[in-house]
Amino acid sequence: MTGLVVVGASLAGVHAAEGLRRAGFDGPIHLVGAESHRPYDRPPLSKDFLTDEQVDENRLVLRPVAEDGALDLTWHLGTRAVALSNDHGNVELSSGETLAADGVVVATGCRPRRLPLSTFEGRDQSDVDGVVSLRTLNDARELRHRLRSADGPVVVCGAGFIGAEVAASARQLGCEVVMVEVADAPLARVLDAEAGMAVVDLHRRHGVDVRLGVGVDHGHTDGGRLTAVTLSDGTELACAVLVVGIGVIPNTEWLEGSGLTVGSGSDDGVLVDDRCRAAPSVVAVGDVARRPHRRFGGTTMRVEQWDNAVAMGGYGAKSLLAALEWRGNDGEGVVVEPFDPVPWFWSDQYDRKIQFAGIATDDPEIVQGSEGDRQFVRAYFGDEDRVLGVLAWNRPRQAIIGRQLIEAGADRATVHDRLG
Amino acid sequence: MKVVVDFDLCESNAVCMGIAPEVFEVRDDDFLYILDEHPGPELHDKVREAVERCPKQAISLEETDA
Repeated sequence: MTGLVVVGASLAGVHAAEGLRRAGFDGPIHLVGAESHRPYDRPPLSKDFLTDEQVDENRLVLRPVAEDGALDLTWHLGTRAVALSNDHGNVELSSGETLAADGVVVATGCRPRRLPLSTFEGRDQSDVDGVVSLRTLNDARELRHRLRSADGPVVVCGAGFIGAEVAASARQLGCEVVMVEVADAPLARVLDAEAGMAVVDLHRRHGVDVRLGVGVDHGHTDGGRLTAVTLSDGTELACAVLVVGIGVIPNTEWLEGSGLTVGSGSDDGVLVDDRCRAAPSVVAVGDVARRPHRRFGGTTMRVEQWDNAVAMGGYGAKSLLAALEWRGNDGEGVVVEPFDPVPWFWSDQYDRKIQFAGIATDDPEIVQGSEGDRQFVRAYFGDEDRVLGVLAWNRPRQAIIGRQLIEAGADRATVHDRLG
Repeated sequence: MKVVVDFDLCESNAVCMGIAPEVFEVRDDDFLYILDEHPGPELHDKVREAVERCPKQAISLEETDA
């Protein structure tokens, strides 16, 4: 084999590279990463990295890299893939170099969605001093600095998990915080309106001015620096820092013309089968990949979650080797079962650990505590009373048991019995 | 194999308990308890998976003779 190419050097890509080595693949592996940093862990960037100056950036380095710095990879950091060509046999890089590939792992992730240019009179938000999106370590360094030196209110646009975590961190730093959300309840698509309102209440109790059903229409600048924003209801707010957390867009432009199935809008991402395969010699993993979820009626979804990136990265490595009919030194190949774990994520806000497994449905029910409590568990049911989702506030044990109940297809009575 | 948890990092996400309940338990007090510091060879794969899947990278392994 000439070698394998992993495109994307964040969580999913690094775990894919490690998975290839663990499976015994000892040929050349190229790891291509757009950022110049050693691969690092993103979840702390919206939480303790902002609030705690003690968080050393070395602690963020991803375990497989920290444990085995080289992993015997050929690194291409600070470099983007710009095309997948020659019937998937070549990965072309922004440096001008072309890598020959027997197999490719697509793990290019997502980037933050930006406010429309009209918000800043035709300028991109990145050209306005005081406007920040949060995805990368560079973003987090900038935001940490800005929150600490803010001489006015911090406005968070978007009350999704990134926005809510940044709002909580900014409050912990003593900032005045306004969080605006264009929907009538945040997280209505991820969870449900009632659970979303529990998040709103949590923030209001901690002094965040939460405004629902409004967006940011216009940013006012003075000498290139943001000074105020006008909301869609006409309200003008002074603003020292505007944090934009309005979702993400998968990085798939480089795959144009590759022949892979890349969707757009609500079908965005690289479509893969139940073995993470996008083509005979290509797998896609992490939040760029859209895969079928058998236990949720076969619907295809991208899963923008840490645990998914780890699991899918490791799995995708094995699946690629299986597809290539690779044989180890002992002559053994790799066999994979379909990939279909129950999604799971956590979010830390103030003293709350919010965990969610599965998917939300229009049939939620409290099974322990109530939404105003410090601790509660809420389950979401589907056809035949099977549990499809579990939301746990400060109830980690129940979250993990809930995830197993979803996996087992448990019914309502069992859920009350085990989680109530 | 010896299981070591950095309790300054651990946030009781309970992922490890989901993977290896023989070794890890998060109780109702929300704290993680290690049930077996020296798990037998039959549990090593599960424990390694728990190390990999810990969102805080708080678990590590010391290879020992046993």
